[in-house]
Amino acid sequence: MTQAYAALKHSAQERERLREAQPRIRVGTALCGLAAGAGEVEEAFRKELQAKGRGAMVSEVGCLGLCYAEPLVDITIPGGPRVFYGNVTPDQVAELVQSHVVNGRPVAQRALAALGGGPALGIPDLHDLPMMKGQVRVALRNAGHIDPTDIDQYIAAGGYAALDKALSEMTPQQVTEQVTASGLRGRGGAAFPTGTKWRFIAGSPGPVKYILCNCEEGDPGAFNDKGILESDPHTLVEGMILAGYATGASNGIIFIRHGHEGPIERSRAALRHAYQAGLLGKNILGSSFSFEAQVSLVGESYVSGEETALMEAVEGKRAMPRYRPPFPAAVGAWGKPSNINNIKTLSYVPEIIAKGGAWFAGIGTERSKGTAILCLSGSIRRPGMMEVPMGMTLRHALEEMAGGVPEGRHLKLLQTGGPLGGVLTADKLDIAMDFDAMARAGAILGSGGIIVADDTTCAVDLTRLLVAFCQYESCGKCFPCRLGTTHMLEILERICRFQAQPGDIDLMRDIGKSMAVGSLCGHGQLGFNPVQSALNSFADEFAAHIQDKRCLAGVCTGEYLTPQRSRR
Amino acid sequence: MTSQSHALRQTIRQALAKRQDGTVTVLSSLLAVEDAIGYIPSEAIEEVADLTHTTVNDVWGVASFYTNFRFTPPGQHILEVCWGPTCHLLGAPAIVKAALDSLGLASEGDTPDGGVTFKYNTCLGACAQAPVMAIDHQLVGRATPQAAREKVSKLQAPKDASGQGRSVGARQ
Ligand SMILES: Cc1cc2nc3c(=O)[nH]c(=O)nc-3n(C[C@H](O)[C@H](O)[C@H](O)COP(=O)(O)O)c2cc1C
Ligand code: SF4
Ligand code: FES
Repeated sequence: MTQAYAALKHSAQERERLREAQPRIRVGTALCGLAAGAGEVEEAFRKELQAKGRGAMVSEVGCLGLCYAEPLVDITIPGGPRVFYGNVTPDQVAELVQSHVVNGRPVAQRALAALGGGPALGIPDLHDLPMMKGQVRVALRNAGHIDPTDIDQYIAAGGYAALDKALSEMTPQQVTEQVTASGLRGRGGAAFPTGTKWRFIAGSPGPVKYILCNCEEGDPGAFNDKGILESDPHTLVEGMILAGYATGASNGIIFIRHGHEGPIERSRAALRHAYQAGLLGKNILGSSFSFEAQVSLVGESYVSGEETALMEAVEGKRAMPRYRPPFPAAVGAWGKPSNINNIKTLSYVPEIIAKGGAWFAGIGTERSKGTAILCLSGSIRRPGMMEVPMGMTLRHALEEMAGGVPEGRHLKLLQTGGPLGGVLTADKLDIAMDFDAMARAGAILGSGGIIVADDTTCAVDLTRLLVAFCQYESCGKCFPCRLGTTHMLEILERICRFQAQPGDIDLMRDIGKSMAVGSLCGHGQLGFNPVQSALNSFADEFAAHIQDKRCLAGVCTGEYLTPQRSRR
Repeated sequence: MTSQSHALRQTIRQALAKRQDGTVTVLSSLLAVEDAIGYIPSEAIEEVADLTHTTVNDVWGVASFYTNFRFTPPGQHILEVCWGPTCHLLGAPAIVKAALDSLGLASEGDTPDGGVTFKYNTCLGACAQAPVMAIDHQLVGRATPQAAREKVSKLQAPKDASGQGRSVGARQ
């Protein structure tokens, strides 16, 4: 251990001990929490504590993943269990403060779960909640537990130990070897082996080389990238510095969409604090390794998440993909060698270095190692974010953990891997979630978003919506995609208005073929996917709209509201 | 130069000077202006071109690409409704309709009095609380047509009654 790290760790632990001596209230204030009203709940706690003259530490944490229970608050008094209260409203706050904080008695009937001594009070242990049971939390290990704006809490939880280990005991090659041995594959969509990617750029000449961290997360239905930034940004920062060390890079850039203020502010704060602690900048932890990092914001553009478009955006231009070759590892951002990884990919790295590649490779399946970080939303009892071992069946995740579709409804389809992924029908629930099994079933695991649709959904209407998204977000650089998505949308819109023309389906297939072969980037190449997979599974619904002029689900009325066409 | 335009340029220059993140680019400059005043006036295009040693044409090219930029002042309040697939499945169309009807709008745009701007959003990032809308960048989850109508009438009330929740958006 470096002296510098020993000192950081010592003072972080000291401060943590002091904190434990007072009552602590943690409020989940990630986007899901705020949307459920966590801001008002936190305010109510602060007011109530002041009114009662009670000192307590109220802190904001990120997302534990139990989004169905937001606003989620947990209270610990010194020596007592940590008790989680779900769906808290401002008018419950007075009772919680009086009973739990002032009188020291947790309100068992309102409690969702507890850590340390729950069962004695008749409260289930957090890890026994259906949604938590079976999770293996690697990248999310601290999410919802630590204050994302407090670097001490990350360090006290073992943070930056992997960086310290790498800098004091390992060569850059050894770091890459561990990542290769872990079997880690990219979580940004393409599932490319991370160790291999790192070796490409390690061979490129310096001195200036970039590690770009992709947090654009444009897929609707995915919120795990923002979830990590809001909950535990230091795990990304540490992973990014480790990637820099392994590849000989000099600079890191965290790339986020403008407008999501929580994730942006928390990452900026994390970088600031890492600089102050000597974990970024010159001679990190007293070693000879130096690394600089900054946040780079992008305007609204889905395609800016594509790796070469991202480089254009970093340079401040229109986010339009570049031709390859040259590949980013040789000529990337600002013409310098660059490596792009998704935030989830990088967030695994600290644990891989701390525990070894073999440990990570022990989780998951033969060719998909580690965990999948899922975002479940839509028609499901317990929407939220969870981290499960690769290879778990969709059925287990959806039914056992998330509680299945609500009473009286039937599962119709799952939309996975973002709008360009496909749809899976209800009979595919027994496939194992890993990159290859999902691909064989005609879908992608991609970023981990799973949108659950029940029998009230019209497959044609949903397809129209997904294609409207693809049209809206086409960057416009190449015409098969720019015109193809527009033309396909026109056809789907007239199908939904019951005005289809003979041959429309064949026409869409033709357009889809041109898009697949003629488009420059994945957006156009995969743009026909949503249509293709809907046609495969729900041909009868298309036929009903076209021939019988009727919508089997009763959704399409001939009218719909939709955003204006893309202006690109 | 009119004095109004002069004042606008001062505001723009200040916004550009106090931006947070390291590298100065056309895009980062435009985002800083948007954060400060909510739109990109032609004065900003010129200032950014000057600052980044590019042309007005280059700056327009970038500004017209990203769908968050607009070129006229936004309404006093901004109402966004998510049209992402999760929100769509859980009832966004009815919310959009309720919002548009109560605003008297047919589609995206500003009310004639400049009071409210209505926007679609591709995903507000709180899909687990779908359907989601945002009022002046404060997220409202599990939204209903009724809630949309109520929020709109609050926004249109004479005095500023937009609530006191916390903004997750970028306007300061
Ligand atoms: C249209 C399009 C959008 C993309 N959007 C994202 C995104 O939002 N986030 C992301 O990590 N990768 C996205 N990707 C994938 C990236 O190009 C790239 O493969 C990935 O960031 C590499 O990281 P990984 O190796 O860690 O997976 C997108 C790709 C395409 C074609
Ligand atoms: S395929 Fe579409 S998104 Fe990709 S470069 Fe071409 S026009 Fe742009
Ligand atoms: S789909 Fe509406 S918030 Fe994500």
